[in-house]
Amino acid sequence: MIRVQTDDFDIGAEVAALTEGRTDIGAIVTFSGLVRDASGGERVASMELEHYPGMTEKELARIETEAHERWPLQATLIVHRVGRLAPGDNIVLVAAASAHREAAFEAASFLMDYLKTRAPFWKREEGQGEAHWVDARESDDKAATRWKR
Amino acid sequence: MKLLYFAWVKQKTGTGEEDVMPPAGAGNVHELIAWLKTRGEGYEAAFADLGVIRCAVDQEHGDLDTPIAGASEVAFFPPVTGG
Repeated sequence: MIRVQTDDFDIGAEVAALTEGRTDIGAIVTFSGLVRDASGGERVASMELEHYPGMTEKELARIETEAHERWPLQATLIVHRVGRLAPGDNIVLVAAASAHREAAFEAASFLMDYLKTRAPFWKREEGQGEAHWVDARESDDKAATRWKR
Repeated sequence: MKLLYFAWVKQKTGTGEEDVMPPAGAGNVHELIAWLKTRGEGYEAAFADLGVIRCAVDQEHGDLDTPIAGASEVAFFPPVTGG
C-alpha cells in the first residue's frame, strides 16, 4: 500500500493496520526517516518536500511490485510526507511483512534504497542562510546498485 | 505536449508547467532539450549541465535517448532526494 500525504503518521497504528486480522505474518520490519536539525554542517530550521503528483504514486507502486516479485511478502507499506516539515518530524515510513525476518529485512532495505533513488521527491532545506535544494548523494546510488540483477 | 519542471529546474525555467508544440525534428529527450534551450536564458541555465538533469516521459523515468513521439507529458528535474 502506498500513501503520499502532508499529515503525520503513527508507526504503531500503521503496523497494527497492516497485521489486523492476519495470522500468516511472522516478521515485520519498519523503517522511518526523520528530519535532522543539521545537514552538511549547517543548521536546518525547516524543510520543504516537493514531489511529482501522479508519477510519485506510480513509481512507488512499481517499487512495491518489484519487492513483491523478489521476496515472499505478505504485505508492504510506503508512506511519504510532502510539504513543510520541521526537525524531528517524520518524513517516510516503510514496512515489509513476511513469514520470516530475512525477507522482511531485505525488502525494507530494498524499498528504501529504490525510493531514495527513483521516487520523484525533492528536499529543500531552510536554515539561517538562503534556502537550498538538497543534492543527491552518491552513497544512495551505490546502495541501490546492490539490488541490481 | 505538456512539460513539467521540478525543484531547481522549475526555479531556473521560471515555470512549473507549460504546453508546447516542439518542432517535428525533436524526436527524443535530447532534441527536445536542444529546442528548449533556444527559448530563453532561463532554459539555457536550467539545461546547462545535462549531467544533473533527470527526465520522465509519460511519468516513467527516461534518459536523453528516450523517444518523445506520441508522449503527452515530459518532466525535467534534478536527481531525486526523497526518503
